[in-house]
Amino acid sequence: MSEHEKNTTEKSAVSTKTMDFVVALMFLALGGVVMWDSSRLGSKWGSDGPEAGYFPFYIGLFLCVAAAVNAARAYLGRDLKAASFVSTTALKMVFSVLLPTIFYVLLIDGVGPIPGLGIYVPSVLFIAAFMRWLGRYKWLMAAVVSVGVVVVFFLMFEIWFKVPLPKGPLEAALGLN
Amino acid sequence: MLLASTAACAEAWKPTKSVEFVVPAGAGGGADQMARLIQSVVAKYKLMDQPLIVVNKGGGAGAEGFLDIKGSAKDPHKIIITLSNLFTTPLATGVPFNWKELTPVQMMALDQFVLWVNSETPYKTAKEYTDAVKAAGTGKMKMGGTGSKQEDQIITVAIEKQSGAKFIYIPYKGGGEVAVQLVGKHVDSTVNNPIEAVEQWRAGLLRALCVFDDVPMPYKAKVTKDKSWGDIPTCKSQGMDVDYQMLRGIFMAPGVSKEQIDYYVVLMKKVRETQEWKEFMEKGAFDQKSMNGEEFKSWLTKEETRHQSLMAEAGFLAKKQQ
Amino acid sequence: MEEINSLMHGFSIALTPYNMGLMFVGVTLGVLIGVLPGLGGANGVAILLPLTFTMNPTSAIIMLSCIYWGALFGGAITSILFNIPGEPWSVATTFDGYPMAQRGRAGEALTAAFTSSFIGALVAVLVITFAAPTVAKFAIQFGPKEFFAVYLLTFCSFVGMTKAPPFKTITAMMFGFALAAVGLDTVTGQLRLTFGHMELLKGFDFLIAVIGLFGIGEILLTLEEGLAFKGTKSKINVRIVIETWKQLPKYWKTMIRSSVIGCWMGITPGGATPASFMGYGVAKSMSPNGKNFGNGEMEGVIAPEVAAHAAGTSALLPMLTLGIPGSPTAAVLLGGLLVWGLQPGPMLFVEQKDFVWGLIASMYLGNIVGLIVVLTTVPLFAAILRVPFSIVAPVILVICAIGAYTVHSSMFDVWLMLVFGVIGYVFKKLDYPLAPLVLALVLGDRAEDAFRQAMLGSGGEMSTFFSNGLVGGITTLALAMLFWAPVRGLLDTFKPKADRS
Repeated sequence: MSEHEKNTTEKSAVSTKTMDFVVALMFLALGGVVMWDSSRLGSKWGSDGPEAGYFPFYIGLFLCVAAAVNAARAYLGRDLKAASFVSTTALKMVFSVLLPTIFYVLLIDGVGPIPGLGIYVPSVLFIAAFMRWLGRYKWLMAAVVSVGVVVVFFLMFEIWFKVPLPKGPLEAALGLN
Repeated sequence: MLLASTAACAEAWKPTKSVEFVVPAGAGGGADQMARLIQSVVAKYKLMDQPLIVVNKGGGAGAEGFLDIKGSAKDPHKIIITLSNLFTTPLATGVPFNWKELTPVQMMALDQFVLWVNSETPYKTAKEYTDAVKAAGTGKMKMGGTGSKQEDQIITVAIEKQSGAKFIYIPYKGGGEVAVQLVGKHVDSTVNNPIEAVEQWRAGLLRALCVFDDVPMPYKAKVTKDKSWGDIPTCKSQGMDVDYQMLRGIFMAPGVSKEQIDYYVVLMKKVRETQEWKEFMEKGAFDQKSMNGEEFKSWLTKEETRHQSLMAEAGFLAKKQQ
Repeated sequence: MEEINSLMHGFSIALTPYNMGLMFVGVTLGVLIGVLPGLGGANGVAILLPLTFTMNPTSAIIMLSCIYWGALFGGAITSILFNIPGEPWSVATTFDGYPMAQRGRAGEALTAAFTSSFIGALVAVLVITFAAPTVAKFAIQFGPKEFFAVYLLTFCSFVGMTKAPPFKTITAMMFGFALAAVGLDTVTGQLRLTFGHMELLKGFDFLIAVIGLFGIGEILLTLEEGLAFKGTKSKINVRIVIETWKQLPKYWKTMIRSSVIGCWMGITPGGATPASFMGYGVAKSMSPNGKNFGNGEMEGVIAPEVAAHAAGTSALLPMLTLGIPGSPTAAVLLGGLLVWGLQPGPMLFVEQKDFVWGLIASMYLGNIVGLIVVLTTVPLFAAILRVPFSIVAPVILVICAIGAYTVHSSMFDVWLMLVFGVIGYVFKKLDYPLAPLVLALVLGDRAEDAFRQAMLGSGGEMSTFFSNGLVGGITTLALAMLFWAPVRGLLDTFKPKADRS
């Protein structure tokens, strides 16, 4: 993993070994779940070929076996150096985008009883915020780009292609839905 | 134009934004074809001020589309076209929805089913064919159909009950595919809708044995060199008392107002008056029965009970989910 | 020859200024649709179908098929620039296209992709022109067992070519199969792996997974290195097209192989997506540069693109002659034909000569128009990489969200896309390969359906896969492909070292 070499000089958030082991265990669990549901459906070879759960059952089984090998290899650490999966700096960068993106989707979708804002308003906020905080652009630039891009999307999807996307209170107030 | 008079009626409610027309099946199938025809007729004659947009939601044998409408209570900007999966999907899979949870608007037509064989086979009547199936023995002759535990398989089971013949039923994803599988002799017979098999019939590749209705179809114009849809005998007349038609109807979300339902009833009336619709009906040999309101509801109630018993007999009802 | 006369007649129908104008509009709209993930192909044509209702059938189908060509071309653009396949059949294009772009060769990659698309489509149109009736007969020979054999062949030609640890490859592939199994089982009508969650009924859509795994995952990976894209130094000028063209002829073998694979997969109708994977897989195992695939080999862009387009184009043939669509987009086009009162099927070629030959002529012209349109956009699209990351990245994320939403108009899919994004990021970092996962996801349920339909037909006899020359031949070929990679690896170890470079 030459492209991540520079990470080794920085503080590691989690080692590749740990991460590899955890992911393998997750696949092991997933394989188990798949096998369990398949045996419920019938996982035998019936009189006229396989039953509904036949293939999924063996998929689950292979998944478990492969995951077990991966977990063992990770645990024994044979082909892994004590490399860093991700450094704290890199992790911060990833989260600085992942968390706003999650927040962006929450804004579109709404949380529990709070209704979403539709896709357009959160998109303006998201692009503008990204440009302002991560790109250090001036507010004016951020506003122009974000509003411009979203207006183009609106024209393209709602007006030309007639694809209805989620809309919220602002669009309703403007009579755009 | 004839449409002008009906358009003159004042309407109390009108769509204020684009209307989603949900198709609970994949693109290219029978329901999809009808929905897109309606869309094109509406667009061509400008029957609506707002656009009508066809959206395919065919996941889980149509459950995706029905659950979407069920979950959009009081939304007058969504309509759905149905096929038999309105009844069969909840019964066969246990997915929780029922036609009573939607708002019935209009029956557009009923789709016929025809027993087809490859024209290179010697069978001329339904009786000859089922006798051959019996003679071949259990698990030899193959019936191809769309989906599992849906209309095609229900008819297959009914044929088996009536004739004593035993088929291997092979489910495919779509009706067009099934017709071609019959042309390629990968199956021995199908119960395709007329529109799914008409071109292969015209090309002389398939032979129609009988129609699953109590009266022959009313269309007299020649479709093949020497046969019209009306020339296909009923299965009943051939000693196979199986009668099955499939609903093509329009539904709305639950909780919509009377004015909103009326808007779509009038709209669909205008659609059915167009030349394009009439040609489509003839091409697909549809039964042009149409109804709405209480009459439609009582028809649906009867049809639901019928499906319940048909599917119970065939052993297609879903086991209770753990 | 009769075909030539008919074709000339077709050209005279298609070559009106009005129809030519429609071609440009159609291709441009198509490219736009292809670029936007989630909108592409079937959705796009369905969305634009109403535009054509007021035209005559020939003009309408010319416009629609040009939208289709445009979408086929457009799918490659985001694959190469941002690692986001706009269409399922563009996934294989990302394998070498994106590394090329990262090395500043985006212009070359785009030119190679577009030109390959054009060549693939051209070969397919020639097949349609001169062999339509024969080829249609071949298509009906395909039943479930033949389909399964074809899918098996796709897997076998692709498997064993990743450099990832074998057990991680198996894990990724099984994960893909497991995801593909979610939803309603076609053969028994039972719900699998849904655990009572209604959102899971429709299964995992391939596009959602791909937008997340490739698009979002790649952005997260890029972020680790700071706020910048690699490959920003890509050359932007028109000469790049000519320079790339000079290199293309030496890959003629790959082009021929991929054309054959593509035409065959389109007609049978296996579809463009398996064709693109198979094209890539076969090129990798046959080409002398095979070892270098995945690191930005131009041949790795050419192979899947030629195959995908040959397949995408020849998929129209079974639609016209048999009425069975070879792809979802063809299915929507089929719906369009019905709207104009044209019933696709064996009689169409006999009764609607003007329409059929007008359409075939428009395939030639539409592809030429398409190539011109997309080639002029190469500098434009390559220039996107010069836009600062903190502007492009949020816009891409917004496009991904919109794309995921439009596939099924469902917010659940947008969340799913984010989850796949994180999975894609973790996979990349832990050396789990994404290609087997994607291949299993796209072909898994189709292969299983075909297998079980074949088993129903044969009463559970496996020998059915060798029961006639056609299916036996394909199955044998598949098994041969499966063992080709290890055998070749073994042979290589015995060769003197000098040869291996």
